[in-house]
Amino acid sequence: MAATATTTTTVPPLPSNPRATSPSIGTRLRRVGLPRLLVHLSVLAIVILWLIPTLGILVTSVRDKEQITASGWWTAFSGSTQMEAVRLADPATQKEEGGRFVISGSIFEGNAAGSVSAFGVRVQDPSAFEVGKPADIGDGETLQINQDGSYIYSKGAAFDDKRPKRVYVSLATAPEFTTQNYRDVLTSAGIGQAFVNSLTVAVPATIIPILIAAFAAYALSWMHFPGRTLLIAVVVGLIVVPLQMALIPLLTLYNDIGSFFGIPSRSYAGVWLAHSAFGMPLAIYLLRNYISGLPKEIIESARVDGASDFEIFVKIVLPLSFPALASFSIFQFLWTWNDLLVAMVFLGTGKDQLVLTGALNALLGSMGGKWEILTASAFITIIVPILVFFALQRYLVRGLLAGSVKGG
Amino acid sequence: MISQIVSAIGIMVAGVFACALYYWLSDRLLSLALPVPEGNVRQASVNLNRRATIRPWLFLGPALILIAVYLVYPVIATFILSFYDRSGDQYVGLANYRWAFFDQQFRQSIFNNILWLAVVPAACTFFGLVIAVLTDRIWWGNIAKSIIFMPMAISFVGASVIWKFIYEFRGGNETQIGLLNAIVKAIGGDPQIWISLPFWNNFFLMLILIWIQTGFAMVILSAALRGIPEETIEAAVIDGANGWQIFWKIMVPQIWGTIAVVWTTITILVLKVFDIVLTMTNGQWNTMVLANLMFDWMFRGGGDSGRSAVIALVIMLAVTPIMIWNIRQAHRDAEGH
Repeated sequence: MAATATTTTTVPPLPSNPRATSPSIGTRLRRVGLPRLLVHLSVLAIVILWLIPTLGILVTSVRDKEQITASGWWTAFSGSTQMEAVRLADPATQKEEGGRFVISGSIFEGNAAGSVSAFGVRVQDPSAFEVGKPADIGDGETLQINQDGSYIYSKGAAFDDKRPKRVYVSLATAPEFTTQNYRDVLTSAGIGQAFVNSLTVAVPATIIPILIAAFAAYALSWMHFPGRTLLIAVVVGLIVVPLQMALIPLLTLYNDIGSFFGIPSRSYAGVWLAHSAFGMPLAIYLLRNYISGLPKEIIESARVDGASDFEIFVKIVLPLSFPALASFSIFQFLWTWNDLLVAMVFLGTGKDQLVLTGALNALLGSMGGKWEILTASAFITIIVPILVFFALQRYLVRGLLAGSVKGG
Repeated sequence: MISQIVSAIGIMVAGVFACALYYWLSDRLLSLALPVPEGNVRQASVNLNRRATIRPWLFLGPALILIAVYLVYPVIATFILSFYDRSGDQYVGLANYRWAFFDQQFRQSIFNNILWLAVVPAACTFFGLVIAVLTDRIWWGNIAKSIIFMPMAISFVGASVIWKFIYEFRGGNETQIGLLNAIVKAIGGDPQIWISLPFWNNFFLMLILIWIQTGFAMVILSAALRGIPEETIEAAVIDGANGWQIFWKIMVPQIWGTIAVVWTTITILVLKVFDIVLTMTNGQWNTMVLANLMFDWMFRGGGDSGRSAVIALVIMLAVTPIMIWNIRQAHRDAEGH
């Protein structure tokens, strides 16, 4: 946000022990005596509320495909129960034991897939009977299914059915976690390719504008030339220009240039330049705020020593401006990595050009409801910015407080 | 895959290197073209002066060219295009504006945008302020802040997937795997298809942006709260004010400036909201907003540059007051220093 430095930069630097010099809001309110437990509980509730959405896709992305649709992700750790139809062994395998004809075996046929919690013989009532006890299922037949899937099916007379008996069981499956979803999306869903594309867009689109903006900011801070004040005002005004204003003329321009030189109109270089330009006003504004605040004596004395502006910039200003450069580069990286619109318009939607956000958007259309694909893809999309965020949060906050943030 | 990574790194290095080379080379060339001879003092000072005149423009050059080509020219071109037909060839006067005025979908978008503008900045600022006050009171406040701030790092598309999963609806007797419908079912209600629910679906989309932006409001407002002079609070305590009164009558008035900043920043963001609507509903079920309508007309039926230019101008018009305010503020700062 532009031109807000007055309101936000007047915040004093935080002392190492805030209580010593300026008590926190907390200390102040505590004197007034708000119930503290209530504060802890409400913050805890808010934090949980804020965390749950992300947690949902993280948990879902490592769940088994079948389980995702069978039960909510919040039950992932307790396993899921699902109803399945199985057939008992063929009547031809019946044996006569003490006057009764018996068919026995296991409904899992060797491979254990969970534990049975109930069973039934009619689809309308699939969990009519308890496990572990013989149940009278009519026609003088009894059926007992045990938790481990083994069963004893018996009758006073010989079984004369042609087909194996169909029964319904409620299967409780143990929680099952897998990395299969990630392997799937990285290879077949094109997310791996999109990840590389995203990096190819975001890294240069972060470095190039910083370099260009830093030179411009230096010129606007420490060099004298006519029209400087006007230029600064223009830059500040342009910070809020909506991207939408630029799309139509630039798309036409790109197409014209492409057809004139006989090159594809959509290229990585085109996206880098677009991202660099759209981030430029904010970058210049932010860096100028910082660079113009550097101590005058250092720069003056370097000039007296005969250093050229180029040398002063590279050797003195750049190293001293590290905090501001870091703040802006985090913004710009998050913005270019998370951008959908610029990449869609200037890079295209072909498989080779699709960035992560675009790929995810395409998957939402084509794979809607396949949550194992969507959640794993979404997590891959958000993991890089989240890591950047947690690693460099300090600089991000500092940048924000310097009166800066760019709207999407 | 490997070859693509290698070529990507190659392109990156080349791009960044070319950029750095320009500055170094242009500076060298300037020194060579305008030498400072040892013996000739007059010539030396003339050339030094010339260098000082030219050099700022070498430093500013790339930035100015980028801004001119990507921001200034498009603003003018879009304005002109709004008076031309769909392909930009035929002058049609105010026809596009007349179309916008009577178009049902355009009105719907304006209505929805106003709805977004009324709800999202207010909600983010309010929640941000409340959370800032609460987290400042507890020892693990910084951890809590980090977590609430985190969604800001998530792309709008990623956030849309996250929330679409929460709003997921499954018909018939199937288990509801969307959190919202599961809760609704657990308390005895009927599961709904939230994102196609007339009118209210807008609010379900707004919730995503509120989730993302509240952390931003919280961080800025928290810093502003810490900047409030201790004496003002102490005086209020001595006068017997309670916590509620101190918050509303002493703290909030002192941070009005910052609240305005947070509010306008989120307002600008809301005006340009695009990704969330595109991925959640693509403007269906009456959720269209201006940015999406503009994008739609840019490509619909081969594209209509006139109409989408009008829509872009409306968004531009909405941010103009904030733009003017910013410039004035910056001007005042510059004079103050």
